[in-house]
Amino acid sequence: MSIDIKTIDYIANLARLEFDNKDKEKIVNQLKSILKYMDKLKEVEIDGVEPTLNGIETKNVFRDDVIKPSLDRESILMNASEKKNWCFSVPRVVE
Amino acid sequence: MKLYDLTAHEIRDMLRKKEVSCREVTENILDRIAKVEPYISSYITINDEGTLSMADNIDKLIKNGEDLGDLAGIPMALKDNICTDGILTTCGSKMLQNFVPPYNATCVERLYNEKSILIGKTNMDEFAMGSSTENSAFKPTRNPWDLSRVPGGSSGGSAASVAAGEAFFALGSDTGGSIRQPAALCGLVGLKPTYGMVSRYGLVSYASSLDQIGTLTKDVEDCALVMNVIAGYDFRDSTSVSGVALDYKEALIQDVKGLKIGIPREYFYEDIDIDIKKAVYEGVKVLCDMGAEYEEMSLPYTEYNLATYFIIASSECSSNLARYDGIRYGYRASECKNLNDVLIKSRSEGFGEEVKRRIMAGTYSLSFGYYDEYYKRALKVRTLIKNDFAKAFEKYDVLITPTSPHVAFKFNEKTRDPLMMYKSDICTVGINIAGLPAISICCGFKNHLPIGLQIIGRHFDEKTILRVAYTFEQNTKYHKKRAVI
Repeated sequence: MSIDIKTIDYIANLARLEFDNKDKEKIVNQLKSILKYMDKLKEVEIDGVEPTLNGIETKNVFRDDVIKPSLDRESILMNASEKKNWCFSVPRVVE
Repeated sequence: MKLYDLTAHEIRDMLRKKEVSCREVTENILDRIAKVEPYISSYITINDEGTLSMADNIDKLIKNGEDLGDLAGIPMALKDNICTDGILTTCGSKMLQNFVPPYNATCVERLYNEKSILIGKTNMDEFAMGSSTENSAFKPTRNPWDLSRVPGGSSGGSAASVAAGEAFFALGSDTGGSIRQPAALCGLVGLKPTYGMVSRYGLVSYASSLDQIGTLTKDVEDCALVMNVIAGYDFRDSTSVSGVALDYKEALIQDVKGLKIGIPREYFYEDIDIDIKKAVYEGVKVLCDMGAEYEEMSLPYTEYNLATYFIIASSECSSNLARYDGIRYGYRASECKNLNDVLIKSRSEGFGEEVKRRIMAGTYSLSFGYYDEYYKRALKVRTLIKNDFAKAFEKYDVLITPTSPHVAFKFNEKTRDPLMMYKSDICTVGINIAGLPAISICCGFKNHLPIGLQIIGRHFDEKTILRVAYTFEQNTKYHKKRAVI
């Protein structure tokens, strides 16, 4: 499928980003040329090939469910731009 | 030679022989920073508070005859995507310009335990996305060998700091070449360890299946010393590999007799600078004179490396960077009407152009209807690329290629066309796709600009690539040359 402004609007919404009209056009053109290059992969015969998620074989790592000290509340909240009553603060979500 | 021109192991020897004090060494570096930093801009944050009293403490320990590690009292630099407790960690982004981590990355903890002295946090392409450090939200870093050129990226600040004598060693991160390419462009030794060798706990994520922390140093011996401190299992990183602790110093021997070198033809195609091809072949000849043998061979899927890398990296990036919501940490846009507004405005204002481009590309390739066509297909090609290498390593001990297709380029030379910039990583991305270790060392100069040679090894066989690199270094003088500023 070709990429147009509508595609950009759809993807931007999924990624929670917004662009002005000038940037949208730029990004249409750039993504088109990038994806054209990426389309090279379509010539590869991949029937029966298993996907690799990681260069090194990894497996799920379990640990015992033991309570351990973690970061304290103050140091966590230190980086929040808005906080109230020792909590993160956001605009009202329930009317 | 000035103190700042020396290597970490040379400084260690002088400290141990009491020929110089740790305070003198640290002051020398801080003076050097005051003098050259206005031209180079390696650092985002300089950590001069308390560094001299820390140096005095180490002098006391030395005086008391304490048994100290190799890197004790050695001034170092850290890429600004590695978390440091209480010290700004910006990732080169407006998004994190005020972010002060409440904890240390595991590698930082290990270096602090070693008593290395943190001099500063280095400039980088925003969220490690770039090959020139021009994508930093704050400033470009200049190449110490030629101030009109880029230092490479994304660990450009780390490379420039070591090459300019503003630190004796630095850590960087390498997702597609971000340690090796700047090492090549700045005439340094840059190691990307095997995936899982160095804990990623406290490294700000870009593409988790490709990211790896590694070293930027003036020579191979320093590389071994830093690896000795940072490598090893960490329960806080589930992809960290358990195993016995290795002593990389054991790899510092001159011995390549009978070593089988593979030269993959696909890494010497027409876009690679002809002088770089020549310098790499001359480098191979140095090793053959010492008893190694080489053979040209093929890694047939190489032409798909960059596309595979880009799809996987941007997909993982779009998922990893979803955490920046403007709420818990990071930039928050003002005057937002509702929660969705907080997300959209904070992300759109906080991220730079390249980061947004990769999030968009990644979101596209993961989205409904395109997942199989792009992401899943890339993962399957990844298998084929990985198998290519595995097959090669049945026959060869190491593979040797150029690190970068060109020497350091001028500012703005590649910023207009994103694809042109991506192609700077053409020789390095395959190694991350396969999770292999690789080192870049200096093998010559073109018009006074350093050329990098890349040695690729088997999984967990850092020792062999270090031994080959060390042997090369002992028989050449390129690593002794310093940029004049």
